[in-house]
Amino acid sequence: MELNASLIGQAITFALLVWFTMKFVWPPLTRMMDERAARIADGLAAADRAKQDLANAERASADRLREAKQQASELIAQAEKRAAQIVDEAKDQAKVEGERLIKGAQAEVGQQVQQAKEALRQQVATLALAGAEKILKQEIDAAKHADLLASIQAEL
Amino acid sequence: MAAEQLSATDYIVHHLTHWRLQTDGFWSGFHLDTFWFSLILGFVFVGLFGYVARKATSGVPGRLQNFVELIVEMVDSQIKDAFHGKSKVIGPLSLTIFVWVFLMNSMDFLPVDLLPTIAQLIGHYGFGMDPHHVYLRVVPTADVNLTFAMSLSVLLVIIGFSIKAKGVVGWIKELLTKPFHAEGLVMSIILAPVNLVFQAIELLAKPISLSLRLFGNMYAGELIFILIALLPFWAQWVLGAPWAIFHILIVTLQAFVFMMLTIVYLSLAVEDH
Repeated sequence: MELNASLIGQAITFALLVWFTMKFVWPPLTRMMDERAARIADGLAAADRAKQDLANAERASADRLREAKQQASELIAQAEKRAAQIVDEAKDQAKVEGERLIKGAQAEVGQQVQQAKEALRQQVATLALAGAEKILKQEIDAAKHADLLASIQAEL
Repeated sequence: MAAEQLSATDYIVHHLTHWRLQTDGFWSGFHLDTFWFSLILGFVFVGLFGYVARKATSGVPGRLQNFVELIVEMVDSQIKDAFHGKSKVIGPLSLTIFVWVFLMNSMDFLPVDLLPTIAQLIGHYGFGMDPHHVYLRVVPTADVNLTFAMSLSVLLVIIGFSIKAKGVVGWIKELLTKPFHAEGLVMSIILAPVNLVFQAIELLAKPISLSLRLFGNMYAGELIFILIALLPFWAQWVLGAPWAIFHILIVTLQAFVFMMLTIVYLSLAVEDH
């Protein structure tokens, strides 16, 4: 067997086969592979995005939680302060009121004492006068000893 | 005209003669071309897939990885569809069969005179041989030795799967009691040899059909390429190009059929009838 034209004919055939493959076999194959690669890339990207989203959400929720806690503690502190204030105010009011009441009571007591004293003084004077009158009815003239009686009454 | 006829016959016969090992004894006539081409193509498969597997990324695959993944995925989905047992062997086995047979079949695409001519040149100028005595057949699957080697190996795997799934006793019992099942002991014994013959035929038909189908397709394809090569060189493409294009289908289909039938046979082997 020597080299002959048959080889050229086969080369032409082979070239046609290669052309056919390039034209009709290779493009669908590469398209399929590209689509597959794109699908994989999309899937991986979606997974990454989801992971990122999850991390973001977790961070956001943590932030929100921290904020809420802070707000809550602020509220509690405010409430405590306000409560203390209210208690203080109430204490002050109570003290003032108590003092007022005490003063009123004391004034009333003083007044009553004064009235009692006055009444007693009147009664004692009357009693003393009556007593003295009874004692002195026999020996003392009322008119005669009026000065004395008045001075006694003033001393009571 | 007679001389031309003779030379055409010579041409065909020369193309259909193997590169044989010139020795006596057991290895006499060993087909060196089938051996070397199948070995080299096997290494091409192992090297390419191994390289891709080693460099594989779990991210977006490159072109080559994508291509390999595509093939592996195809084989894997076929196994998932057809094979219902559990096996670590069947996946790699099917992948190897598909890609290896595909590569060996693909040797048919090369111009039918190209590699033999190169071999003749090497033989003539390198080793001082008569070019007429340099033989080379480049399509290993067009050699019945190779297709039988593969299908008999598949037969051994089938038997191995059967024994693994059913145990030695279970397998032998199946050989003797199926497909004809009898109730009584006497009838069972009478039917046992019949069953054995049926089972043996069924078992042997598998490798024979596997190997002859592949061999027949590739041998016929190669022969037609040789016949087309006898046409005047300016007319060859008229028949050659359509045949080559049609061969894209045959090459892929035969590789797929060999793999698919292997999967189906293995699936039958592990199933309880």
